[in-house]
Amino acid sequence: MYKFILPMRYLLKRRITFLAITAIALCVFIVVVVMSVMSGLVGDFREKNHRYAGDCIVSSDSLVGFAYYEDFLNELDKAEFVKSYSPVIRGYGLLRQPNTETNIGIEITGIDPFRHSQATGFGDSLYYHRNNPGEAFKVYNKPDARGCVVGISRMHTSDAFNQYYHPDVPGHYDFEISCFPLNAKGALAKAGAGIVNTKLFSYSDDSHSGLVKIDENMIYLPFDDAQKLFEMGGATKRISAIHIKFQDGVSLHRGTEEVAKMWQEHVEKNEDKSYSNLLQLVSVENWMRYRASTIAPMEKEQTMLSILFFMLGIITVFVIFVVFYMIIGHKTRDIGILKSVGVSNYSVIGIFMIFAGIIGVIGAAIGAAGGCAFLLRINEMEDWLFENYKWQLWDRTVYAIGEIPHEIKIDVLAVIILSAIGASLLGALIPSVQAGIKKPAEVLQVSQV
Amino acid sequence: MILKGSGIHKSYKMGKTKLTVLRGLDITVSEGEFVAIVGSSGSGKSTLLHILGALDRPDEGIVEFRSTPLSKFRASQLNAYRNKTVGFVFQFYHLLDELNILENTLLPAMASTSSAGWLSKRKTAKKRGKMLLERMGLAERFKHKAYQLSGGERQRVAIARALINEPELLLADEPTGNLDSQTGNGILEALEEFNRDGQTIVMVTHDDRIAARADRVIRLADGKIVDSDNSK
Repeated sequence: MYKFILPMRYLLKRRITFLAITAIALCVFIVVVVMSVMSGLVGDFREKNHRYAGDCIVSSDSLVGFAYYEDFLNELDKAEFVKSYSPVIRGYGLLRQPNTETNIGIEITGIDPFRHSQATGFGDSLYYHRNNPGEAFKVYNKPDARGCVVGISRMHTSDAFNQYYHPDVPGHYDFEISCFPLNAKGALAKAGAGIVNTKLFSYSDDSHSGLVKIDENMIYLPFDDAQKLFEMGGATKRISAIHIKFQDGVSLHRGTEEVAKMWQEHVEKNEDKSYSNLLQLVSVENWMRYRASTIAPMEKEQTMLSILFFMLGIITVFVIFVVFYMIIGHKTRDIGILKSVGVSNYSVIGIFMIFAGIIGVIGAAIGAAGGCAFLLRINEMEDWLFENYKWQLWDRTVYAIGEIPHEIKIDVLAVIILSAIGASLLGALIPSVQAGIKKPAEVLQVSQV
Repeated sequence: MILKGSGIHKSYKMGKTKLTVLRGLDITVSEGEFVAIVGSSGSGKSTLLHILGALDRPDEGIVEFRSTPLSKFRASQLNAYRNKTVGFVFQFYHLLDELNILENTLLPAMASTSSAGWLSKRKTAKKRGKMLLERMGLAERFKHKAYQLSGGERQRVAIARALINEPELLLADEPTGNLDSQTGNGILEALEEFNRDGQTIVMVTHDDRIAARADRVIRLADGKIVDSDNSK
């Protein structure tokens, strides 16, 4: 019983223990807030990339694309694990508004909007045609016009909270889109004056994917129009990629493996045909690998943060070590008294370890409570700071985020709390063991002097 | 005979110098005896008491309690010896500041059992603790902390703590050394009273007048017993 009474009395009597509690509380607070925000941002970013790409992507590394895709699409139709798929044309071009001199470089994706909405989150990214994405290319009040869906940042400016404002009906904007078509051998399809294919499109909707580069530079065109623009139609039709969505319950790994197997069989079936070499340039990847170059930097930042927090934990351990070293240095007499009444070495160690555990629990509880309270109010605080001081933690004109993520994951919180308690116990371990092995006669002689 | 020490040697290293405190000392204590160990400062009396109470180990020699050598005790047995067999009273009382005097008195009782075991033992132990403190004239002071007591009162608490587990042996190291003569006399009277009830007591003192209150006086000089007389 004394093993619990003494630590509680030490806690209340020794002011230095509040230093240790504060150190742990601050450490837990910082880790809870930063980990929650960072994992929210990374999770949000990953989710946006997943919605953009679908589950699995069969894509060519070359702008030339690949042929003989129709049979493969038929195979995908029959595959039970495939929910939907969307063949796309991908390339680069120039965008110009008629009667202006400005030419802007753009990335073009040719799609069937209905199929693409089934396979990816394209439909949810639209504004005017969100509820009927199949009609994404229908231009308001111009039924005969060729529509295009433009990245939202090309059409509108966001406010300080990354909100875009749309008029009730889409405005009338025409765009000349020019491309450099390539033949199946990878060379320019045309030469001389007709080197570029140009077509006029009208703005039908905009797409807000939440990915900065997509929203700034992407134009979606109808599949057939894009295929003609890039001269990928004709006798041997070509496409750039196929986005695939798996049925619910199909794991990413299994689904991608199955698609890769199917693709390999397709390549072998067509290896004798002309332009079969283009099939060799095709890779089958899940969305994480497909978007790795975009996602990886953020994940690296998260890893760096984790390393920094680990070092913060080590510093906390040292703070606890120093505090306990000082406490035990002042408690030498108590240790001698306890041993003189028959308390074992292990029990002496136990007293100080329980003391450390109590400090860890209290510090972690305060830090976790503070961190959770801060997270719940983080957006309110940022709004207040912006309203009064025009300052934002993340400038929304630069970072494509809405609210600062503030979801608190219970399992992560539990790990942080347990780690804090563990750090407290670890920091106190050596001083506690030193207390435990002190010789009672020496200790009592010293304390009598 | 309850306690026997044979050929006890003890030295301390002070840098390169070796300081020999006890030189082949023999001692016996009988049950119910009140023995005083007298000697000048540095004669080794506190060291001898610590060895008899298993707070320290001799470099050579044997200490036997009821014919069992303490050197054969495992760590847990030594802890039990210090907890249940021996009660210690120190010159400077050595009470824990964070506990009140009743808790200080009960400390050896709490240490003798697990936290779960204490739940069943608590009532009996508290009853005995209160009885001892009442006998020491501290009935109204159970909730007081050590700093709220006088030197004599603190020493009485220390005696009560030493007797809580009904030890066979009470070891007192200069119990009146830090007290004025009147208060010290009160402490000696308390010890004499417990001795009359059958408690075996070994007391260390530098004062011959205090030693004369014991049944037998053992005189220590230069780490050896130079005299062992019945004082009464």
